[in-house]
Amino acid sequence: MNREMEIRAEIIDQFKQVALEQDKTLAPLTDELSLLDSGLDSLCFAVVVVRLENALGVDPFSSDEDVRFPVTFGDFVGFYEHAAQ
Amino acid sequence: MPRNSPVCLRAAIAAAGGLSSRLSVGPSSSASWNELAGESVLNCHAAELSGHSVVLAVMDPFAAAAAMIQFDGIVRRMVLYPPDLSREHLDFVAETAEADVIVTDQPVPLEVNARVVVLEPGDMRHSSERHSEASPLETEWILLTSGTTGRPKLVQHCLRSLIADIEIGRVPSTPVVWATFYDIRRYGGLHIFLDALCSGASMVLSNAQESLGDFLTRAGESGVTNISGTPSHWRRALMSSWAGQIAPAYLRLSGEIADQSILNSLRSQYPQARIAHTFASTEAGVAFSVKDEQMGFPLEILDRTPDVDIKVVDSTLRVRSERTASRYLGANSRPLKDVDGFVDTGDALELRNGRYYLVGRRDGIVNVGGFKVHPEEVEAVINRHPAVAMSLVKAKKNPITGALVVADVVLKNSLSSEEQGAHQRDILQFCRGELDAHKVPALLRFVLSLDVSESGKMVRRDA
Repeated sequence: MNREMEIRAEIIDQFKQVALEQDKTLAPLTDELSLLDSGLDSLCFAVVVVRLENALGVDPFSSDEDVRFPVTFGDFVGFYEHAAQ
Repeated sequence: MPRNSPVCLRAAIAAAGGLSSRLSVGPSSSASWNELAGESVLNCHAAELSGHSVVLAVMDPFAAAAAMIQFDGIVRRMVLYPPDLSREHLDFVAETAEADVIVTDQPVPLEVNARVVVLEPGDMRHSSERHSEASPLETEWILLTSGTTGRPKLVQHCLRSLIADIEIGRVPSTPVVWATFYDIRRYGGLHIFLDALCSGASMVLSNAQESLGDFLTRAGESGVTNISGTPSHWRRALMSSWAGQIAPAYLRLSGEIADQSILNSLRSQYPQARIAHTFASTEAGVAFSVKDEQMGFPLEILDRTPDVDIKVVDSTLRVRSERTASRYLGANSRPLKDVDGFVDTGDALELRNGRYYLVGRRDGIVNVGGFKVHPEEVEAVINRHPAVAMSLVKAKKNPITGALVVADVVLKNSLSSEEQGAHQRDILQFCRGELDAHKVPALLRFVLSLDVSESGKMVRRDA
């Protein structure tokens, strides 16, 4: 599995895991899905970001670059792929 | 003021009459209280010290104990410099305390702006000559606590405030031997030292150079009956293989929140012991002791301690009694008490079903997306999990909620990585059942140990 697929798989895992833990119904994770419609609330996203930092070793939100917040699930994945490069 | 309050420690020793009781720090350093009161630290230095403001910065706890007994009533002000506190603060402490003498058994940096008296082993030799006790001074006792700026805060007590809850010369029905995990230069240890001294009990001193196992073994061999420490001290003792070296009749927890797991664990390790947890701090003194082995304290406790007034302002405990300190030293220090004489402890309380629960330090609150989390309340839940020995909950910065809590956990037994994964999920599941969502740690890491400071409290830093 290449790095990009690995990142995507990890993100999908974390979305599912956190949704399960927080008792949320997760929408199908397509690239076009707006994060606001994903079923996760802001606490869930906060937890996802911490878990991904732990699993992937990157936190794109803490980078010095001007951070544009991802809007769709596809943006979110791209955000991590970019940071991991 | 307690009846017959002694004017100085030498008078307290005489009043207590514990003729055969001894203070010991090892096989080589042991003396009766009477010998200590007559020992000659002062014989060589009486004139240099009398009426002065003195920083007592010795490493040896036995020399410190002898000096405290002999300096009280003679020096104007005595600053207890803990052996573990970095010497870099010595100059600041001496200046703030307007100290003109530093008594030490260590080399002192030359730039310190005070006269330095170096104790030599010979200064401890026994002498029948006693210093004049014509008119003892009311010595100011200065204790140091950690400040938020990294520099220690200087807290002023006097002998009366330090021993206001101790009955002088009460004779216990069976011999009492005290020990404490605290150093006697810290409030928690000093209070035990003074209790033993005033009640004619023996005491086994701890020594920073000694391992936990050696200390517990020595305490056991000395027949320790009463022993005190913080919950962190006790967790470390229970996790070690030396907890069985002692068989105390009475044990006390103070200095940190005693959660239900540590109370239960101590009960199961020491089935014969009476167990109490005491609310005390350097500034507030000893407020009250809880003996029902339940965490928190019942409202009725306030009726049973008529000499202590307690109020809760902004969910934080305030204490007023004769045992509180009087002030902070230093030109720019804030007042220690409010206009009504109450000390703000900074400890947050919650009232549930007629019982107050200490939930954490006000300045330790983590803000998770606008919701407040006390790390200590999360730790109390994690610690209830049967596999957990102790835990530390920390804030971790987060781009979405500002912060989240994460936990470092020490397990009772080492596990394979597969078992660890299962335990991780199980502990988090347990937390979700007990805590609001924003209080559940986002991450849980297993660690082999957690840092405990020399004052016996867990070292709290953000992740």
